[in-house]
Amino acid sequence: MQAIVAVNISKHFGETQALKDISFEVNSNELFGFIGPDGAGKTTLFRIIASLLLSESGSVSVMGLNPASEYKVLRTKLGYMPGRFSLYPDLTVEENLKFYATIFGTTISENYELIKDIYSHIEPFKKRPAGKLSGGMKQKLALSCALIHKPELLILDEPTTGVDAVSRKEFWQMLKRLQGQGITVLVSTPYMDEAALCDRVALIQKGSILSIDTPQNIIDAYGKPLFGLRAGNMYNLLLKLKEYENCSSAHLFGQYIHSSFKGKFSREELFSYLNSNRINDAEIIEVTPGIEDCFMQLMEHNEPVSI
Amino acid sequence: MRTIGYIIRKEFTQIFRNKSMLPIIFVMPIIQLIILVNAATLDLKRVNMVVVDEDLSHSSRALVSKFQGSPFYKIKAAFFSVKEAEEAVLSGDANVILHIPVHFERKLLKENNVSVQLLIDAINGVAAGLTNAYSTAIIADFNKDIRAELVTIPIPDGMYKTINTIPYYWYNPQLSYKNFMVPGVLGILITMIGMFLACMNLVREKEIGTIEQINVTPIRKYQFIAGKLIPFWIIALCELAFGLTVGKLLFNTPFLGSIWLLFSFSALYLIVILGFGLFISTFADTQQQAMFVSWFIAMVFIMMSGLFTSIENMPNWAQIMNKINPIAYFMRVVRMIVLKGSGLKDILPEFIYLFGYAILIVNLAIWRYRKTA
Repeated sequence: MQAIVAVNISKHFGETQALKDISFEVNSNELFGFIGPDGAGKTTLFRIIASLLLSESGSVSVMGLNPASEYKVLRTKLGYMPGRFSLYPDLTVEENLKFYATIFGTTISENYELIKDIYSHIEPFKKRPAGKLSGGMKQKLALSCALIHKPELLILDEPTTGVDAVSRKEFWQMLKRLQGQGITVLVSTPYMDEAALCDRVALIQKGSILSIDTPQNIIDAYGKPLFGLRAGNMYNLLLKLKEYENCSSAHLFGQYIHSSFKGKFSREELFSYLNSNRINDAEIIEVTPGIEDCFMQLMEHNEPVSI
Repeated sequence: MRTIGYIIRKEFTQIFRNKSMLPIIFVMPIIQLIILVNAATLDLKRVNMVVVDEDLSHSSRALVSKFQGSPFYKIKAAFFSVKEAEEAVLSGDANVILHIPVHFERKLLKENNVSVQLLIDAINGVAAGLTNAYSTAIIADFNKDIRAELVTIPIPDGMYKTINTIPYYWYNPQLSYKNFMVPGVLGILITMIGMFLACMNLVREKEIGTIEQINVTPIRKYQFIAGKLIPFWIIALCELAFGLTVGKLLFNTPFLGSIWLLFSFSALYLIVILGFGLFISTFADTQQQAMFVSWFIAMVFIMMSGLFTSIENMPNWAQIMNKINPIAYFMRVVRMIVLKGSGLKDILPEFIYLFGYAILIVNLAIWRYRKTA
């Protein structure tokens, strides 16, 4: 059974088109990720699924329910965690959790098993106002509140933005465990490295989906050898690579410039080109492409980016 | 019901946790009552008068001493020319000039008819009008006395019959402005508490984003609005009780009517005001906008309500406009109950009207509050 079926949904905000004919399906009990930069339309899409926003065209079905008309039933089966921390900062951790439990007609003890793993991290601070928690603890509390009514579908809008690396890793382990308990998880993130942790990901850019597949398949579809280059003057190297006629892409990735080339790649040719441009200290290694490389490639395919 | 109860509990927890909120709620009425009731008065207490007596006769001095004897007048100085006296008015030292012309006494005796001139500083129109009325009354009194003094022949009984009017002021026999103001100021107080707090509270949820999380819960619209309305309704009623006690202790204002009637009318009125606040909040995205709009509306309503000036003196269009002004109804009824001791029968039309108003405005607020954009 499909947890979410979306067909051709579009949404405008004034002049800007936030979503353009988006179609996708999310399987039941899947950990599905939306990966894309800020402003890609992830939040808009999630708000439509969570029945907070109406789409202009197309149809959405969430667990067999229409968010526009059957929102009353849907809202009891749905856990939504907005991108912005939206619990009461002046209520304590415990009061927040109790409040959400009560308005969903349940109690903390009833569903304690489900949130135990997560809540136990913040339980020592349960008398502290939620506004005074650290970023990672806020997210754990928000997740606990979104889970307190035992939802079938959990929607998380950029849960790891602004959270430190260790807490991010912990958070994803929690999502995996929740999936293990039969919950469908829909998550969005601007971090490409988190994509590999999802069952399937959709790459989204400017309101359109570029690709939907498993992370491995997306990487496999890259289809070209990818090289990492390094030199003393990285910026000059990047500029010269972009000017090189056989170069099809060049992006700075940490210490290396990830670059792919047209036709049959010849190392000698590249080095003689670089030497002629007075870059004599270049090093080159072969690298395996990551999701981010694929994303860049797909982005350029759809729309040539000029720098 | 359980959900509404829990939302109310949550609101109270938040209100009581806010350290600055409680002092505002309980210090505000005391300060407002003390300042407004004492300062905002239309009573004429002291008129500074300068005299230009060009006659310097027995009669002219008698007239001046009449003014001197009045508790409202203080003779600041005597001048010999109107020009000097005018300077005193210009510099603000005096409010009124009494100009007694030359041959005042002679004309009075011979021609039985003489004029004096009053020059009144009318920057404040109300005060000028009152000064004129008081002065005319004093001069009329002088007239009567002088006649008795001048006519030496005994007058047969019944020849000079004058009609004496002795006014009796109903419901406020001492014409105490305080008695008039205390109920009015209390009305403003609960209006401000109700409208602003409710309005701000809902907009704050929007501003900090908590409304987003609330909206995905199965809370119904009416539950949410009721959960927002009831806490401030309770607070405003406590505020009224507190204010009445303070008013009684500080000013010893009379309370003739039934306290239960006042509270049930206030309870109804507050639903209208809170509904108004919540209705405004559904249009605003930030607390700043909400504050600005509700302040503007409250300001117009309060000024038009008859707190300071009586509605009957307003132009016709303003009186018609006041039909939609809930504060005007409240001001009228609260004074009727407190000063006049009116019963339910007397205020029934206002009661019914506000009842309809409450149903309308609360439903508008519920209708305007959207859980889905």
